[in-house]
Amino acid sequence: MQEWIRFLEVNSPRILELTIEHTMLVALAIIVALLIGVPLGIYLTTNEYLAGIVLQVASIILTIPSIALFGVMIPLFSLINQGIGYVPAFVALVLYSQLPIIRNTYTAIKNVNPEMRDAAIGVGMKTHQRLLRVEIPNALPVIMAGIRTAVVLNIGIGTIAAYIGAGGLGVLITQGIGRGDNYLIISGSLAVALLALFADGILLMIQKRYTRSNA
Amino acid sequence: MIKFDHVTKSYEGGINAVKDVNFTVEKGNIVVLLGPSGCGKTTLLRMVNRLESITKGTINVNGQNSMELNEIDLRKKIGYVIQSNGLFPNMTIEDNVMIVPDLLGWSKKEKRERFYSLMGLIGLNADDYRKRYPNELSGGQQQRIGVARALAADPPVMLMDEPFGALDPIIREKIQDEFLHIQREVKKTILFVSHDIDEAIKMADKIVLMRGGEIMQFDTPSEMLAHPKNDFVSQFFGKDRAIKSLSLHTVKKLQDIIGLVEFDETIQDTKTINVNQDLRNTLSMLMNQEADQVIVTDDNGRQLGAITIDLVQKYLHFEIKGKPSVAQKG
Repeated sequence: MQEWIRFLEVNSPRILELTIEHTMLVALAIIVALLIGVPLGIYLTTNEYLAGIVLQVASIILTIPSIALFGVMIPLFSLINQGIGYVPAFVALVLYSQLPIIRNTYTAIKNVNPEMRDAAIGVGMKTHQRLLRVEIPNALPVIMAGIRTAVVLNIGIGTIAAYIGAGGLGVLITQGIGRGDNYLIISGSLAVALLALFADGILLMIQKRYTRSNA
Repeated sequence: MIKFDHVTKSYEGGINAVKDVNFTVEKGNIVVLLGPSGCGKTTLLRMVNRLESITKGTINVNGQNSMELNEIDLRKKIGYVIQSNGLFPNMTIEDNVMIVPDLLGWSKKEKRERFYSLMGLIGLNADDYRKRYPNELSGGQQQRIGVARALAADPPVMLMDEPFGALDPIIREKIQDEFLHIQREVKKTILFVSHDIDEAIKMADKIVLMRGGEIMQFDTPSEMLAHPKNDFVSQFFGKDRAIKSLSLHTVKKLQDIIGLVEFDETIQDTKTINVNQDLRNTLSMLMNQEADQVIVTDDNGRQLGAITIDLVQKYLHFEIKGKPSVAQKG
């Protein structure tokens, strides 16, 4: 216990710094993933054919082991001299987030009660009015669930990014493994887990604040 | 006014959902589209606000060909009521009711005033409901809100697609009565889809009875019950159509045409019935033998005479055989 406290005394500034780095990486990746995934998911509800293809591709991306995907990023981004570091890690995380975000958005909009959609058209709403006023608000809980999945997923996968020099909490773990330092491994893992729980909790609060549960 | 002129709807493969339909819903009337499932009644209704396309023919709404109007503008001019799920669960009652005025760009003040007057019309307290959400309301209340929403921008024409179909029978009757009461005030031109014969008889100025996309008969309810044009119509209304037709007539009409009998003051076991009660309920009361004598009273409780099963039978005979075309709504 004594050793623990001493370890934390010495390392807490560094853990904090890495946590912030980790959070920034994941947050930025999620924001970009949302900007791509949500509009794409909504668009796919109007194009069945494309929906099948896009969802399939997104599923395949998610099945690629993270370490392999990071590995593939290196030669690709070397072409623009960004082979190692922040950029490839960021791109990989954006790709990983796509499936939960696109699929949940698509499914949520698709599953809006058809009578409700009918009523929206029947009262004379244009397509964008129907989407903004009726379909998206009613689909929001499911879309948010997708976003939360993506965030938790990315916080976990983000640790692997340390292997390609993108920093973050993964650094503690990789160093811990390298040096056989259990304190480092455990504190890195704990920080990642706590960060994931914390982020999920915050998002759940936002979801509850801005959506109504529909009975 | 809604005028259907040789309206046809075909799907690919040559299946006709609606075949060469011609009829007119006069201004201020309720016409009920009635028929078995799949007869094309809902499709026909939805062709009016162009939720379904028209293959052939024209539909005129208030003298304008519906195809010549922008479909968004057309829909804003037509009130549309569907079963309770049509309310938007993410919006408050006020926002739900005011959706069309909102789309039309009314000011906040205009919307607020209109909301209060509409809630008064449907008999719900505006302040109590304003900030609530649809899922906090009972089915009957939701349906009233649905009607209010359709009336919001005061459209001359309303389409109602089985609006009371999801309600339990007691609430349904109550809301039908309320709606007829509102209709007497607002006098909208209404096309109403129903699969419920009793509802059609009660609500309709005229009924369009459909089968397989074709009109079997277009007539007033009493005329259709008394003089079905073909076997399908008579079968559809059933063997008890004479009894059904009684709900169109009141004790008052019977009294006016054939008169009541004197009541016997020595009989102790009596029940009273209001003169404005319909004959169908009256007959049920007589047949249940709830009392030895049924006395008819007016609104002030004055006793006008007694009514018997014989009288109802005589009246019915008179209505159907006696004067073929006199039948009117009670």
